[in-house]
Amino acid sequence: MKSAVIVFPGSNCDRDIAVTLSKVTGKKPLMIWHNENVIPKGIDLIVLPGGFTYGDYLRSGAIASTSKIISEVKNKANKGVAILGVCNGFQILTESGLLSGILLPNKNLKFICKDVHLRVEENNSVFTKLFKLNEIITIPIAHHDGNYFVTEEELNILKDKNLIALRYCNPSGEVNIDSNPNGSIENIAGVFSSNKRVLGMMPHPERLADIKLGGIEGLKFFEGLLEGFS
Amino acid sequence: MVKAIVYISLKNGVLDPEGKAIQNALTNFGFQEINEIRKGKFIEIELNENNKLKAKDKVDKMCRKLLVNTVIENYNIEIID
Repeated sequence: MKSAVIVFPGSNCDRDIAVTLSKVTGKKPLMIWHNENVIPKGIDLIVLPGGFTYGDYLRSGAIASTSKIISEVKNKANKGVAILGVCNGFQILTESGLLSGILLPNKNLKFICKDVHLRVEENNSVFTKLFKLNEIITIPIAHHDGNYFVTEEELNILKDKNLIALRYCNPSGEVNIDSNPNGSIENIAGVFSSNKRVLGMMPHPERLADIKLGGIEGLKFFEGLLEGFS
Repeated sequence: MVKAIVYISLKNGVLDPEGKAIQNALTNFGFQEINEIRKGKFIEIELNENNKLKAKDKVDKMCRKLLVNTVIENYNIEIID
């Protein structure tokens, strides 16, 4: 599997993602600066990493979504290349229109950095295929603007087409208000594009991808991708 | 040259925790009569354009392209000489 990581001014999880991808695939990902306008042929996975691009000015991810490289990311998305946006990467994907909805400031207005339980709502995708349906996993979040909002109309589409990837839940898998860390509508933590080739998620799988970091549960996302592209 | 002011407000039904926090703070100061506060923003744009209609059209394009996210926000454009 060949992968690329897009680096924006203010990205700060790009190297964590690169370490994880190198470890899983045995190959270093291509690091692509936001000002480039070409992503080479043969790239199977493009990752938009976490961070605080452009200081979250205007709206989180809004300025980065106007970068030159985003038109190329959109071209690749049209061709079915797998695209993963984590945290700020998710915000950039919604602002660029590749995913529906938007990430608003957390309901309690605090930056939240902690492990959360997530329920895998859909495992029929290149990203989540190694998980069981409704499997409960634990992955860290670290964000100020993770409060997912989407119009009722689009929420219904997400539900009808099984495009909700992950929901915040409690340790026994119940999705309720107490297990919602940031006010996200229906506890949504991650969503797919309509063809399920684009995934945006607030939790950081790359932060739990090495035993030295306390666990390897996040690795499964990348191992699933590797399996699909080898 | 004309100046445009873009007023951006959150749509009804969109959670506004900042507005809520401001409301709580004002209530603590004794302003008990507040029913609700919604926080928005405005952006001033000076344009090298004398035709007001053209200016408004340009600013509208800017709003749709970047300044406003219409999933959650409404906007209103005012053109001043």
